[in-house]
Amino acid sequence: MDFETTKAQRAAASTKIVIAGGFGVGKSTLVGAVSEIDPLRTEALVTNESEGVDDLAAVPTKHTTTVAMDFGRLTLAEDLVLYLFGTPGQRRFWFMWDDLCRGAIGAIVMVDVARLDESFSPLDYFESKGIPFIVAVNEFDGVPRYPVDEIAAALALPPEVPIISLDARDREQAKGALVKITEYALMRLRESLTVNAN
Amino acid sequence: MTPPVEPEDEAYRPRLIRSYTITAGRTASKVDLAMEATLRLQAGAEAPAYLTPSAMQVLEVCDRRSVAEVSALTKMPIGVTRVLLGDLIEQGLIRLQATITEKTSTDERLELIERTLRGLRNY
Repeated sequence: MDFETTKAQRAAASTKIVIAGGFGVGKSTLVGAVSEIDPLRTEALVTNESEGVDDLAAVPTKHTTTVAMDFGRLTLAEDLVLYLFGTPGQRRFWFMWDDLCRGAIGAIVMVDVARLDESFSPLDYFESKGIPFIVAVNEFDGVPRYPVDEIAAALALPPEVPIISLDARDREQAKGALVKITEYALMRLRESLTVNAN
Repeated sequence: MTPPVEPEDEAYRPRLIRSYTITAGRTASKVDLAMEATLRLQAGAEAPAYLTPSAMQVLEVCDRRSVAEVSALTKMPIGVTRVLLGDLIEQGLIRLQATITEKTSTDERLELIERTLRGLRNY
């Protein structure tokens, strides 16, 4: 039984999905819609020169500021918890993204059709890092709707990247987006196995 | 549930306390601690009397919670939380549960994503 114990301890007990997108696009709304706890906030210290997080020992006289990240929690099984981390939107906090995205299953890039350009940078980030991502168009009340294929074209999305539209306030739709990114990450991983086997 | 305000609202708020005084100036943990990594109290381990109040606070909230949750609940920045948790792990008071890392095998990764998918569909 020693083997079983070891295997159980090695199996991941928690994992995460990253929720990215521009300021006010609905990241925190989506997290709040599915989280089993009221979303929590953690902060990292940043020097105002943005030379790195928490690297204050060498520069004790610098003023520090904080960057905040909201996150939620979903207990999926007795032995598995999923965390959802919203990325800090502003570009100057991008150095935090590597820390947030390390080990993530994948990312949901949220898009507001009125401000499409704000999603270009997050899309570039996940593409360049090879992190699986999907696009979720948040349908705000009173904003014109466009077919998702038109939006995909406007974003110059690679054809394999799934794109969905949702109301981030709706628990089932938010959950649907999480299922979608997880399915896509699984498909990508299986494809990479097939490629390696050939 | 009220959605929280966007994090950006409070960005660049100056801090009045030099947080790293509570870690004696150390800014890096000796243990690699992912934001989502969860902690468990070690059975039978007793908190030594020399623990600082901050370390004690971390110890009290960390069981079955993630690094990010401990940071949020203790209102300590993530870097400070990591240093204190790293100390507690080294002292054998708590242990770190597994997450996906660079060392995770493809089979383990597949297994985890499949478990996550099953869990989400039933959530």
